[in-house]
Amino acid sequence: MDATTNFWATPGGWTLITVGQILAVMIWILLSLAFLLLADRKIWAGVQMRKGPNVVGPFGLLQSFADFLKFVLKEIVIPDGADKVVFILAPLISFVLAFAAWAVVPLAPGWVVSDINVGVLYLLAISSLGVYGIIMGGWASNSKYPFLGSLRSAAQMVSYEVSIGFVIITVILLAGTMNLQTIVEQQAGGFWNWYVFGGGLSNLPMILIMVPMAVVFFISALAETNRPPFDLPEAESELVAGYQVEYSSTPYLLFMIGEYANIVLMCAIITILFFGGWQAPFPTPFIESWPATAQSFFGFMWFFAKTVFFFFLIAMVKAIVPRYRYDQLMRLGWKVFLPFSLVAVVLVAAWRVFGPAQGAI
Amino acid sequence: MALQAIAFYLLATVTIGSGLAVVSVRNPVHSVLFLILTFFSAAGLFLLLGAEFLAMLLVVVYVGAVAVLFLFVVMMLDVDFGALKQGFARYAPVGAFVGGILAIEMIIVATAVARGGAASGVREPMSALGGLSNTETIGRVLYTDYVYFFQAAGLVLLVAMIGAIVLTLRHKPGVRRQVIADQVARNAQSGMRTVQIKPGEGMGE
Repeated sequence: MDATTNFWATPGGWTLITVGQILAVMIWILLSLAFLLLADRKIWAGVQMRKGPNVVGPFGLLQSFADFLKFVLKEIVIPDGADKVVFILAPLISFVLAFAAWAVVPLAPGWVVSDINVGVLYLLAISSLGVYGIIMGGWASNSKYPFLGSLRSAAQMVSYEVSIGFVIITVILLAGTMNLQTIVEQQAGGFWNWYVFGGGLSNLPMILIMVPMAVVFFISALAETNRPPFDLPEAESELVAGYQVEYSSTPYLLFMIGEYANIVLMCAIITILFFGGWQAPFPTPFIESWPATAQSFFGFMWFFAKTVFFFFLIAMVKAIVPRYRYDQLMRLGWKVFLPFSLVAVVLVAAWRVFGPAQGAI
Repeated sequence: MALQAIAFYLLATVTIGSGLAVVSVRNPVHSVLFLILTFFSAAGLFLLLGAEFLAMLLVVVYVGAVAVLFLFVVMMLDVDFGALKQGFARYAPVGAFVGGILAIEMIIVATAVARGGAASGVREPMSALGGLSNTETIGRVLYTDYVYFFQAAGLVLLVAMIGAIVLTLRHKPGVRRQVIADQVARNAQSGMRTVQIKPGEGMGE
């Protein structure tokens, strides 16, 4: 026993265990993505009274795997006049960044690859890098539509990052920490302790601010991940497919997986910041006696269920809401969300300073 | 620890290498991409120093916002590579002069730090004393000791922002814009009028 614990503490053992954790998280996300992609298409089809993919496997459950094979086996076409290195680098960056962000996401009690103090900032940093994959892809394609799409995307993502940042600040102010695991732990003991309801009954007036902030975050997350109704960078009817036009085969697959990983990541962030992460919506004194692994699985189940619920909402939005015009998108970001979230930050800060729980961090 | 040493040398090499590439590659877009890599690995170096807040801010602000704008501008410029190479001999002495001064300054600062600065152990970092994370430490210093400077910097930025908006904002006459308030304020009475038209006559103005 002693020899093994010592081994895990050595640099070699530490590297091994970290790589193992990273692989476990990645494989889990990739597997979930395969079925979430199918769910996305099925929900979309359901709203339009179609059946959706139903040929490969029972209920079309294996459709994503068939698509995967199809993408991988096709030929990679690199356009003449494209900047080859950047062209190949762009989807790789999208893919890597989409998964890098998952490093700090607490999946369950104790289940997080890297439990760092600035987890929230790390998420912001990584998601602000995501725009590079798109800009580089659009530019390197050496073609009009991809370039237009990538310019739109850059402006859109930079704009909505601002409001996302302010919304996150309101949660940080309430939580008093930027460590995601701690933020989740503070929302324990029932749904009334979730930050969407102000985080605890003493903060109940904050419900008036935090519920709208959760909505603002959700809408900004749609814009940030280029999902409908803000899918202007890849608007099929105007730009064919935007920055992805020239991509085929595996590079396209990487873009698409990266995009969906980002969408699920946004769902996870909403869950963690506003809806209690892996906490159950009711007090759970009965799990105290359970073994630690069982408690972790119990928490993970809630986290997964909540994340999937938000993915369902995003899929419904895709099916229901018509696409915004570009100037309307910019207006919404800069003239509506930014002032609202700024006012919310001031109000929450004032509540923290002058409210009943003043100074208690 | 061996892992930290490996990480340091890797990041330092990438920082210096990509920094050199910024000024030596032909294509300005590649230049900006290397600049981003430089920022990113510099953020990694900050992390190794234990300054995780600064590292994240570097990535969020410089890589996530400033460099995107650089890239934006450089991509939209129609760059003539031939013209860029002209005048290299003329500007080389000036560049060498500025570079030399920078190098001397950095050597002086580095030796000063090594002799009597952070390395001598005279000033312990605050976070090590109070058991605080460095985010909290920066917050405490920034909003107490340096609050006036902080606010002044904010004001300067605000003025710059308003200036930029004033310089670029122009309302062209004859451009129809969407006024959301007008659209929302419309109702059945103001948005529609009923006209009685007799058959065979049409509607004259």
